Amino acid sequence: MSNEFHIVVCGSIVPDPLQTLEPVQGAQGPELKNEMMLPAVLDPWAGHALYEAANLAAKNPGSKVWLVSLGPKAKLQQVMMNIAQKVPFELVCADGSASGFTDSFEVATVLAQSIEGIQGLDKSKLLVFGGWQSASRGSGAVMQMLGELLGISEQFQGVDKLTAGDDGSLEIMERIEGGAYQVSACNGTPAVLGWATGELPEPPNNPQVGMQNMRLVMPALQQAKPADVVQGSSLAFAAVELPQQRRETRVVKDMPVEDMAREIVEWLNS
Amino acid sequence: MSTILYLAHTEADGTLAKISREALTAAHQLAAGMGAELAVGLVGEDVGAAAESVAGCKARFLGVSGDAFSQGRYASDLAAAEALFKAVNPDMVVAPASFRFSRAIPGLAVRVQGRVDTHLTGLEAKDGKPVAKRWFYRQRMVGEFSRDERPWIVTVDAGCFEAFEESGSADVELVQVSLPEMRTTVTGIQAPDADEQTIRPDAKTLLVAGAGWTKKQADGQSHVDVAEEVLMQFLGATKASLGSSKSLVDISGEGQAVISFLTHLHQVGQTGSTPRHAKGLATCCHGEEPHVVGWRFINERRAINTDASCGWAQGKADVLYVADAFELMKKVNELL
Repeated sequence: MSNEFHIVVCGSIVPDPLQTLEPVQGAQGPELKNEMMLPAVLDPWAGHALYEAANLAAKNPGSKVWLVSLGPKAKLQQVMMNIAQKVPFELVCADGSASGFTDSFEVATVLAQSIEGIQGLDKSKLLVFGGWQSASRGSGAVMQMLGELLGISEQFQGVDKLTAGDDGSLEIMERIEGGAYQVSACNGTPAVLGWATGELPEPPNNPQVGMQNMRLVMPALQQAKPADVVQGSSLAFAAVELPQQRRETRVVKDMPVEDMAREIVEWLNS
Repeated sequence: MSTILYLAHTEADGTLAKISREALTAAHQLAAGMGAELAVGLVGEDVGAAAESVAGCKARFLGVSGDAFSQGRYASDLAAAEALFKAVNPDMVVAPASFRFSRAIPGLAVRVQGRVDTHLTGLEAKDGKPVAKRWFYRQRMVGEFSRDERPWIVTVDAGCFEAFEESGSADVELVQVSLPEMRTTVTGIQAPDADEQTIRPDAKTLLVAGAGWTKKQADGQSHVDVAEEVLMQFLGATKASLGSSKSLVDISGEGQAVISFLTHLHQVGQTGSTPRHAKGLATCCHGEEPHVVGWRFINERRAINTDASCGWAQGKADVLYVADAFELMKKVNELL
């Protein structure tokens, strides 16, 4: 026996982690230097959530996955060309800033409005997935506020494993201090899960899935509603700066290995 | 006069964790700087001992206690936080960024029509107004900010303030909470074995294992079994935390041999944790931008690499040993 889930994954884009980032002062607050030129990727934690959602949906026929994303639609389109080849989903997007300097409350509000507007979404079957943090703001706060705005008080953060029982119950493993997990049993949907890394590798590209997804992705991008996540907040930055600390590295290369080992041990024991 | 509500939860033994006492220092200092009243709200099975352990802060003490609050659960923790909030009606809420409260406290912002900022690394009063500091883009840039919305709810990261230590006698006003229908039950904790290596906040040293440990060596073969033995010997002798780069964790998906005891829980950096240890020793890592993030809060840093111009180490480590990590770490283990 299987369950039908309506899984909404919230995930936006972030600058490619290999890029060097530099903050600058923009008209509406801090921005990244050349932000629109930086190559973007799907936020890594949101990616884990998406792959777990697709896996859960594949195991439970009749389930469906939506990816709800807030970001500049031109950049979203570039990222979706790649992500759409990974797993089946339907895109819902809001055209606005994906900056790490935006207010998490405003972001949660836009996401809640986007989810409320999804046609055919059955809230009794709803699982809201997302990253427990992002590689931009990294607040770990959006999912909880989004759940509250949607009226869902069964929430889990730092999730690495979700097991759905035949009776619709959910067993969830959440990260807690000391490399341990808290295991919880929830009697079913609706629930909010902020994912850590999960247990699945990144799926390989599948051009067939890509073709299928892109039929819906392009209209979704064209219909994206503008979302202003800056005006509604009083969040004011006095400064944003890179840490200036640069260490004078002592390079040790012409020393016998025994002496290097002795030096390391003395340092460890000091 | 404004009021600051400090919220914390007790641990399984009824005490307050170090991160919670650090957040109390932040709240106490902020209240002094703002000329505000401080209220302490505690959540747990029994909050009496925890209240007395920090009674020296001379605040009004409130508590939510009972079996339902012995373990972290979003719905019950948030209901407790909301009840404490309504009993005090503060302008600001300061809480520790523990896993338990990081899960629950952001939801309070919606319940009380406030705003939340998390993982603060600094919090102080400037001209009588609260100003916060936190990192953005995964510890790559730091920002100082303020906001006008009230109530303002903040959580404070570990290691940024001294832990509050003044104990005394406390009268705790117990606050009743009417819980909603609970659909979630905490069924247990899965903790690693005592000798299993992971990232431990209390460890003095972090050993970071890079992908080089699984690569082909001079004889054209990879020696993952030897790498595992060398790393485990070191960890056994030093009781260090073990971290790894993302690439080392993820290469299992590429069909490569991997170090068996490394998981995503060990991952440090852009998509992993950013541990705070006094010392860090990086081995076989190479220097890409995400690695800098994992290094951010390590005070003394040394690295072992065969490349003298290794980007991981140059400008980021105090000492770079240009050597074969297999050979050097074996010698280190012999001396430990």
